[in-house]
Amino acid sequence: MEALKLIGILIVIVGFILKKDTIATVVIAGIVTGLVSGMSLIEVLEILGKSFISQRVATVFVLTLPVIGICERYGLKEKAVDLIGKVKNATAGKVITIYQIMRALGAAFSLRLSGHPQFVRPLINPMAQGAAIVKYGELDKETEDELKAYCAASDNYGNFYAQLCFIGAAGTLLIVSTLSEQGCDIDALQVAMCSIPIAVISIVVGAVNNHLLDRRLDRKYGKKQGGKA
Amino acid sequence: MINTILSEIFYCLIGVIFILVGIRALKDETLASRSLTAAFWFLLAAIFMVGPYLPQAAVGASIVVLAVLTGLNKVKPSKGEALDAEQGRKEADRLGNKIFVPVVCLAGLALLAATFLPFGANNAIGISGLVCLVIVFAVTGAPAKAAANEGSRLMDSVGITGILPQLLAALGAVFTAAGVGDVISGAVSVLIPEGNMFIAVLVYCAGMALFTMIMGNGFAAFSVITVGIGMPFLIAKGANPAVVGALGLSAGYCGTLVTPMAANFNIMPAALLEMRNKYGIIKAQAVVAAVMFALHVAIMYFWAL
Repeated sequence: MEALKLIGILIVIVGFILKKDTIATVVIAGIVTGLVSGMSLIEVLEILGKSFISQRVATVFVLTLPVIGICERYGLKEKAVDLIGKVKNATAGKVITIYQIMRALGAAFSLRLSGHPQFVRPLINPMAQGAAIVKYGELDKETEDELKAYCAASDNYGNFYAQLCFIGAAGTLLIVSTLSEQGCDIDALQVAMCSIPIAVISIVVGAVNNHLLDRRLDRKYGKKQGGKA
Repeated sequence: MINTILSEIFYCLIGVIFILVGIRALKDETLASRSLTAAFWFLLAAIFMVGPYLPQAAVGASIVVLAVLTGLNKVKPSKGEALDAEQGRKEADRLGNKIFVPVVCLAGLALLAATFLPFGANNAIGISGLVCLVIVFAVTGAPAKAAANEGSRLMDSVGITGILPQLLAALGAVFTAAGVGDVISGAVSVLIPEGNMFIAVLVYCAGMALFTMIMGNGFAAFSVITVGIGMPFLIAKGANPAVVGALGLSAGYCGTLVTPMAANFNIMPAALLEMRNKYGIIKAQAVVAAVMFALHVAIMYFWAL
């Protein structure tokens, strides 16, 4: 009954899908997996305890929190908003691309932002909509929603693909911990360096995608409004 | 040796921050489960500070206690002093772009310390965190107690999921000891012709993306798929572990872009932006996700091997 060992994976999947507490889900999955493969409870607890201690490095990002917390208190977010707000006379696509670049830089420099409520809703979406209205006149609902989706998406691209460039990021440390637990000789600096190409590529892909959006809008409204397509 | 001592000092400092979070909870009279919340953070602090000197099974049992506390939903964020938008605006006008200096230094110094100091990349993060604390005091003129206040405020808002990466690495260790990786690799080996590294890369990346879509969480997928596929079919065959790991996790993020399970990123913002179609963001992201996925496979194949 080798396949029974996969029950832990099943528990993780079901637990995450049902939005059960993640910590409890992971611990239950570990204990059940150990027990069905013939370990004693004490043995499972020993493995859990040993690797939890040896992988404390995955939580070392906590040491960066005081600095980031103080910067937040002293206007970090407000100043970032000022910077982005300086972007004028750009098309909707360019506004979104510039935001994605800033978001990616932020992620690579360890900024913990919740971009959607802090930037996209109050700032980026209004700027992109504004740029499109200046160029094309009134927008239909479909275009409005498309711009909203692109703004929200740019936050995800910037955040996801650049975050591993920071050696203290939770994801970077997870990779180090998991692989060193498997016996690889690896450190956070190597992982961060290997993450740079994808970060750069994601910006290029995002920029091309946003440029295509501009072109599409030009075609759509250029004919209708006779705008400067 | 010196690196180990330095690491233990940093883990003790992390423990201090956890204790401060616990104290915040105790002070918050409105928090219903404040003593249990505090118990969670104090126990976690103890594991970080004295864990290495305890029997391993005792640490394991403590982790079970932590899981029981979070599983029963007894660990809650406390109120404490929230950020004040007015103060933020005033300080932003006073300090200008100088406020970016500490955060840029945080990443920059960590890189420099990892590259040029003999204490290892992991300690570099702690070193940079401490040095930048001095910088941030110089830049902002914040009172000394701000380090404790703001550090614990932010840790509290990160919350219990902050220890998830560490716990997932431990889960990976249990899976390995139990032979879960062997079962997965046995099943997957049907898909991967012997010695065909391209198919191996493709299966690993696809596994990451697929599991991330199902679970809505790339971190959890990483510990399962890397133990089951990444290790035996790529790294054991000579692939560069840093490249496989870095690109593997971000290949998982291609899955995050197209799943409603990742509600914070894909569904909540649609509601926040008052979009008519709540799947509109996923729809907009699908093409980019596919392109990025293909690029991940190609780069991993040409770079890791």
